Amino acid sequence: MTTKQVNKRLSKKVQSIQPSGIRRFFDLASSMDNIISLGVGEPDFVTPWNVREASISSMERGFTAYSANAGIIELREAISNYMTSRFSVDYDPESEILVTVGASEAIDVGMRAIVDEGDEVIVVEPSFVSYAPLVSMAGGVPVAVGTNIDTDFKVTAAQIEAAITDRTKAMMLCFPNNPTGSTMNQEELKEIAELAERHDLLVFSDEIYAELTYDEEHVAFSSLEGMKERTVIISGFSKAFAMTGWRLGFVCAPKDLLSAMLKIHQYSLMCAPTMAQYGALEALKTGMDDVYRMKQSYKQRRNYFVKSFSEIGLECHTPGGAFYAFPSIEKTGLTSEQFAEKLLLEERVAVVPGHVFGEGGEGHIRCSYATSMENLEQSVERIGRFLKQF
Amino acid sequence: MESKAIDILHIIEENGRVSIPTLAKMVDASEEEVKGLLKKLEDDHIILSYSAVIDWSKVDQNEGVTAMIDVKVTPQRGVGFDQVAERIYRFPEVKALYLMSGAYDLSVVIEGKTMSEIARFVSEKLSTVDSVLSTTTHFQLKKYKHDGVVFGEGEEDRRIVVAP
Repeated sequence: MTTKQVNKRLSKKVQSIQPSGIRRFFDLASSMDNIISLGVGEPDFVTPWNVREASISSMERGFTAYSANAGIIELREAISNYMTSRFSVDYDPESEILVTVGASEAIDVGMRAIVDEGDEVIVVEPSFVSYAPLVSMAGGVPVAVGTNIDTDFKVTAAQIEAAITDRTKAMMLCFPNNPTGSTMNQEELKEIAELAERHDLLVFSDEIYAELTYDEEHVAFSSLEGMKERTVIISGFSKAFAMTGWRLGFVCAPKDLLSAMLKIHQYSLMCAPTMAQYGALEALKTGMDDVYRMKQSYKQRRNYFVKSFSEIGLECHTPGGAFYAFPSIEKTGLTSEQFAEKLLLEERVAVVPGHVFGEGGEGHIRCSYATSMENLEQSVERIGRFLKQF
Repeated sequence: MESKAIDILHIIEENGRVSIPTLAKMVDASEEEVKGLLKKLEDDHIILSYSAVIDWSKVDQNEGVTAMIDVKVTPQRGVGFDQVAERIYRFPEVKALYLMSGAYDLSVVIEGKTMSEIARFVSEKLSTVDSVLSTTTHFQLKKYKHDGVVFGEGEEDRRIVVAP
């Protein structure tokens, strides 16, 4: 079959979307042996046993049927209590919380719920690889606002304001950020909140890394004054509770937005896996000690990693959250793609080139420190040796 | 205790082989500061020793026998259980000794080369201590988890090499 014939079968929307830049590196790294991988965007812990056991038990007890579309009510109540106790923002479990198949589905249904053809959504970049494509697939136009290392990858209200047009519907934020690990404090977020109010914009706030902040407490965007009514909080269990393979996320949003998202969710997914929901319920009931233990370990590894980078001459801001460092490789004269490929082939260390995360990502590499200290020590040694040729 | 010292304790409890330079970076301190903290923790008998957890069952000719012995004793006036405990824990065969609540008083962990060596220790040494009233010996058949470490093959990293 010719390419032309294949293209005829595919929608223009899908054809216009590039495959994730991560894919190429995955294929390359997977074909090689003895790789130290800093390319992994997930915890290196296995899901805590209590959570696994609760899920096994739910299956033993025969909880294998569909759940309510929005998720089992016990889990929504637990999420509601969690949001109140951790972030001081109240959500009604009946009408303002939706359990999704990972935070990724939450972003997808969120975009599809609000975007009309041609609407613009501001995406603060570098960002998680799926935001812009999901805006596009919903029929919208992603508008990139780039951040850079000089401002610790924090975005300012002025930067966002410059990108606003009369088609702007919403902005997509992610703090703590993947891939930069950057965080935003209350004062910085307040400026953006005022902007959202002034221009009547919705705010999608991906807070999947909220539990993984190391220097300052996380501030939920919806907890800022007047923001609950215009904020969609996206979160989930993958990162804090080491539950990536469970595909369990959740959305907290005002009733009208939530019910629109629920409509899409019920037709496309029906509900999140029931046994995973029982696992997540246990995670919220008894898992916070595990979260704390894992967070302490990430913090120690972050400290080690960032200090070691500075010793080997790799400029890196100190990430306040998540488990990524995003050092600059500009002084090598290579593009991030060239750097990552050369490093992989010569020293067998897998990192993700920054350009795959959009504007502002070029000139950087994403290095996950969610790996053993032995791997981190080895990778610092190898990257240090690699850098000597420049 | 300052939080850096507590962080150090957690780290070396999990892996006693972490080097000073690495430890210093992990807890955001200077190497001198870490050395000082370790020295203080050792002097204060908070760090008692640095040890490895070894699965001896995998080492040829080195397989021993471990027994846990429940001991009932008569506490002595003035010193309670401490004196009899001391008499027991000074034997080199005794690897651990705990005062327990419940059906018996002391729990003694003994390691020996053979079952008969342990039997001899119980009959000749332990049961002849003055205030020991009775002993019940349980032999360990297999070690699944010890000091928080699961024995057997470790869980491998099942993550794909590059992921979002």
